[in-house]
Amino acid sequence: MLNKFSLYLSENPTLRYWIVRPEWVAVILLIISIISSIQLSPFFADLAFIMDSATPYVEYGLIAIILTLIIISGEIDLSIASMIALTAVIFGTAYNAGLGMPASMFIALFSGTICGLFNGILVTKLQIPSIILTIGTLTLYRGIAQSLASDFSLGGYPSWFIGIDYRYIGIIPIPVIIFTVFAIVVGFFLSSTIYGKQLYLIGTNPQTAKYSGIKVNRIKLLLFTLSGLVCGIAGVLTTSRLAVARFNMATGAELEIVLMVMLGGTYIFGGRGNIFGTFIAFWIVVILRAGLNVARIKIESQLTILGAMLIIAIILTNYIYSKSQK
Amino acid sequence: MSLFDKFLRIRELGIFSIIVVFVIVAAVIDPRFMTLDSWRAVFLAIPLILVMAMGQMMVIICRHVDISIGSILAFSAIVIGLLYIQFPGLSLWLSLLITASVGLVMGLINGFVVTRFNVHSIIVTLGTLSLYRGLVFIVSGGRQIDRNDIPEHVVSFSQTSFLFSIPGILIFSAIIVILTHLLMRHSVLGREIYATGSNPVAAHLKGINVTKVTLFCFGICGMLAGVAGLFYASRFGYVNPGVTGVGIEFIVIAGVIIGGTSITGGSGSVLGTFLGILLLGIINVALPVLNIPGEFQKAIYGLIIVVALALDQLIIYRMKKLSGGINA
Repeated sequence: MLNKFSLYLSENPTLRYWIVRPEWVAVILLIISIISSIQLSPFFADLAFIMDSATPYVEYGLIAIILTLIIISGEIDLSIASMIALTAVIFGTAYNAGLGMPASMFIALFSGTICGLFNGILVTKLQIPSIILTIGTLTLYRGIAQSLASDFSLGGYPSWFIGIDYRYIGIIPIPVIIFTVFAIVVGFFLSSTIYGKQLYLIGTNPQTAKYSGIKVNRIKLLLFTLSGLVCGIAGVLTTSRLAVARFNMATGAELEIVLMVMLGGTYIFGGRGNIFGTFIAFWIVVILRAGLNVARIKIESQLTILGAMLIIAIILTNYIYSKSQK
Repeated sequence: MSLFDKFLRIRELGIFSIIVVFVIVAAVIDPRFMTLDSWRAVFLAIPLILVMAMGQMMVIICRHVDISIGSILAFSAIVIGLLYIQFPGLSLWLSLLITASVGLVMGLINGFVVTRFNVHSIIVTLGTLSLYRGLVFIVSGGRQIDRNDIPEHVVSFSQTSFLFSIPGILIFSAIIVILTHLLMRHSVLGREIYATGSNPVAAHLKGINVTKVTLFCFGICGMLAGVAGLFYASRFGYVNPGVTGVGIEFIVIAGVIIGGTSITGGSGSVLGTFLGILLLGIINVALPVLNIPGEFQKAIYGLIIVVALALDQLIIYRMKKLSGGINA
């Protein structure tokens, strides 16, 4: 039966292109996690509850979308979680120093951009492999955040700023709307513009891309800078949600963000993947976390499941790509 | 090869002179730094990191990175702590054997996934970093192993010993360092690790079993992280599932990289790694003496990693230029 099916697929390349895709793994996983979560608790099947559980992950989701672009172009940024903490701390420091809210927001976004630019310059000019460089800047940015804020929580923001996760349009919280719109815009950019196609080419073969006249280094620099900017936005959003900024916020978030990208079927070696997969994977992580919380599994024990899922996601994606390449 | 050797020597000289300058500056600013107490603190701080750095160095020379070692340390420390609650009379050698085998298994799991599925090791170990940390919480039930749970003979292992009252963990880590040096410099396997790191394809064509060598490096790295778990329990006298070993991997990686081990694989030495870790240990002790708040420590370590990476890349660039093999 399975043999017949695979034979049928190999005779129909178009059909195979649509069926043998890692995004379907994400969709199937999403359905499985929804069903098993409903089994765990009848209260789970409530759209408003799922929407509310999604808001804390929106900050990660925004970054996951940019990280998808970076991984498609063959690089990676692991300093994201530290950049969230650093921009949030800079935002809090600036506001507490007496600067107004708009100026503090601008400084936060600007510092995020500078952090991203720093990563990008070291990767493109000095040719340091991004995976190891961003391990270094991960420590550096978190350390700067700790030097700035020490062990204090920077709070005292005006009430209109606090609690963006409690503002709704209908039953949908505003952060979820921001995330969805951002995903659609970037998804359109990646799939339907020439710049999107250039990212795939860079990831597939940087040498060929360079000789085809694509400004590889400039695009990579732009992507890293963009990653820093979005981390700045995420830092401000997180501060709004928690009402304080601390140096140790978003600790370990790189796991969840990379997990979102990997579950969405983006190829770790670059050149393949799309935003739709990351968008679905965002909801997998949300529902998985909410389901595990409803099942009263400790936050720390959930790490085991997330870690195992990351490894399984990579193995599955690699397997599917190796099959579809034949 | 002689050019390469020369560069290696210069790189170790570089870090050595940084240490000398740093010590002189620290001693001039505050003479308290040159007391026996602060040097005792330096040499009590480094064995734990040094032992892990030996394994990490082998993995980095082999062109991989293992960032799950902090969680491996915590897991083996929790396992040995729980065993001490059950059997307080557990001898030191037996606990060494247990922690080493726990670490070995975890390291081999990392190595297996990396070699079998051909995924970048940082991504795999990012997954196992959380996976193992979650296991720590599950096994311990979230409870801390307290000071009075750890038997006296284990605690005294890090305070006195049979030899000139030098702490036992210091002697033990020195033995591990010497063994690693012998392995890397004077054994066939050691040379195969260097060969695999400098060019895996060429190493494979030369008849080296690249998979086996990589697995060996990850296994040893995990094993030494496991042994470091016993050191942790002995040195600090408690094991906390949420605190033990968190972020230690970045300190270890920092030490290995500033010791001149190239992240593109194939070069690095035990002496350089030792000096790198020594510098970090001295910085650790010197900061409070120099009245620099402890919050700056992480930023300084991060800066050191980034600068070392940039220097490393510049040296590689220069070497390629000297050997005429650059196509920029």
